[in-house]
Amino acid sequence: MESSLITSIVAATIVSGTPLVLVAMGELVTEKSGVLNLGAEGMMSVGAIAAFAAASAGASPPLAVLAGMLAGCALSLVFGLLTLTMLANQVASGLALAIFGVGLSAFVGKPYESAPLPMVPPIRIPLLADIPFIGPALFNHQSLVYFSWLLVAAVIWFLYRSRWGLVLRAVGESPSAAHAVGYRVIALRYAAVAFGGAMAGVGGAYMSVYYTPLWSEGMVAGRGWIALALVVFATWRPLRVVVGAYLFGGVMISQLFVQGSGLKLEVPAQLLSSLPYLATIVVLVIISRNATTIRLNSPVSLGQPYRPDA
Amino acid sequence: MWLKLEARAEASQRMRYLSPLIAVGLTLVGGLFLFAALGKHPLEGFKVFFFNPVHDLYGLSELCLKATPLMLIAIGLAVGFRASVWNIGAEGQYIIGAIFASGVALHYEQSASHWILPGMVIAGAVGGALWAAIPALLRTRFRANEILVTLMLVYVAQFVASWLVHGPWKDPQGFNFPQSKMFADSALLPILLPGTRLNAGFLMALASLAVGYVFLQRSFYGYQMQVAGQAEEAARYAGYSYKRTVWVALLTGGAMSGIAGMSEVAGPIGQLTDSVSSNYGFAAIIVAFVGRLNPIGILLSSLLMALLYLGGEQAQQYLNLPSSISKVFEGMLLFFLLAADLFIGYRVRIVANPPLGKLLWKAH
Repeated sequence: MESSLITSIVAATIVSGTPLVLVAMGELVTEKSGVLNLGAEGMMSVGAIAAFAAASAGASPPLAVLAGMLAGCALSLVFGLLTLTMLANQVASGLALAIFGVGLSAFVGKPYESAPLPMVPPIRIPLLADIPFIGPALFNHQSLVYFSWLLVAAVIWFLYRSRWGLVLRAVGESPSAAHAVGYRVIALRYAAVAFGGAMAGVGGAYMSVYYTPLWSEGMVAGRGWIALALVVFATWRPLRVVVGAYLFGGVMISQLFVQGSGLKLEVPAQLLSSLPYLATIVVLVIISRNATTIRLNSPVSLGQPYRPDA
Repeated sequence: MWLKLEARAEASQRMRYLSPLIAVGLTLVGGLFLFAALGKHPLEGFKVFFFNPVHDLYGLSELCLKATPLMLIAIGLAVGFRASVWNIGAEGQYIIGAIFASGVALHYEQSASHWILPGMVIAGAVGGALWAAIPALLRTRFRANEILVTLMLVYVAQFVASWLVHGPWKDPQGFNFPQSKMFADSALLPILLPGTRLNAGFLMALASLAVGYVFLQRSFYGYQMQVAGQAEEAARYAGYSYKRTVWVALLTGGAMSGIAGMSEVAGPIGQLTDSVSSNYGFAAIIVAFVGRLNPIGILLSSLLMALLYLGGEQAQQYLNLPSSISKVFEGMLLFFLLAADLFIGYRVRIVANPPLGKLLWKAH
């Protein structure tokens, strides 16, 4: 393969992996606080339509992303209210959130179908983009791609270098101990849930305003669920989440590889399209085989409701 | 005045059955607000959505027709959910069941044998069960989370159906539409009421609710599964196999979803298309929860859910709203149920003087 082709495949991989990076980073922080929010797909969908509606009404792309972020955040607070205040089952509430979010976005989005937005131009980073081979692959992207990198750095710094990150992890490992030391477990969990919702909203906004600037029902196409699997796959470690997200990004554009390889493969398009979902299953199996890895790395209180007795 | 949550000494059985009713009531009230927010007259919207679909015999027959796949799937899921096995991919098992049943119908299209329909039911059940066997195997052998695996397989199943109707099974005389040939009469479920579309699938659904009732409420095995779901340690101590529970839970859910798929392709659709499901697999999850995983509850909640489907169609026709408004109602219903369930284990006390500045979550 010629180098320009490889460059464009790397660039396309990053572009298609970015929504997963955004959503999975948010979900990682939520899960680190001990809350399992399965509603990522719903929050992404709602973020996508909110951002698209804002952009259609004339908002600039960053403003549209803000709208998506707020929508995702708002939906996540419904989940927070149910699970943290009303102590509902987290699995059932997350499913409800996913079903509701996807349905709501389909309902709200009906008038916006088949009305594409203009493409958001990429930002070329001076000097860095001139590096041969690497430059065009890494430093000629839309703004949200760079934002996703900053997000990863910020999450790593927060979780492992900041005081409140430590507190958040403590809450996820042992809420009763954190409570006993005087931390407000429920308030912290609300914050973590809201952050997860906000990032899922940004991921959705990326889908509808940046990645393919149009709205169609079901356009999130399971990326929220794949992001959930990624967090497990990465055994709750941020950098591994990124690696996983780009791996999946690559799988999602497998059509490009097939075309680029020049092989005349007689493969149905549907088989290529189902690869990311099959890959998710394979990855889950590989990582889940070893129960100890999961047990040692998952936040101990993940999915369990907590109610301070005081 | 302040509200304070207080744990009940014992879970309230009364609340367990009142809570779905409260949820339905709140959803109806929410519907009034929703119609008002959309600029429609609330009562008019209410009438179009909840009353118009069922004001005549034909409407009622359509209600039972829509409820058929929901009942079939939900009773199968209830078996698994009682054991805390989260099969979220009924939608995929439904599609594969529909494909298997269609395979039988298309293969024997020249035959007028009476055995074709039973064959299609069995094929549908086998297809759905096979699709659910994948997560069961991965769960029991590799501990892979069944929620994510069943869900991923929904997307894969959709691609399989899409491939079939765009490729090998495409109707040559179908003007290039992504659909199979229409089934022969011998592969269509008999109509129960002349002049309606209500077919024998409805009887299958009622029968499976009855079987489900015996299995869940009266059999020792159903009891074992419930123990496995509610107290894993106790189940292991009593010697109930967890692996067997997972297998039975998933295979039952899969087989029933597959039969539901069969009832649709051999019923109102009459062929395989790439949009063979109308989200029944996901709606049935709500049906199972709202029905309290209980066969009688599922009967009622599937009729309610069917009404939401029909109401959405009416809203599209007469109120100029997207039919996906029914999904908003479905979501609301589940949210309100989860919220109302709080009062099974807790009760609200009115406290005279709240500690200053305490927010609701701190006031627990």
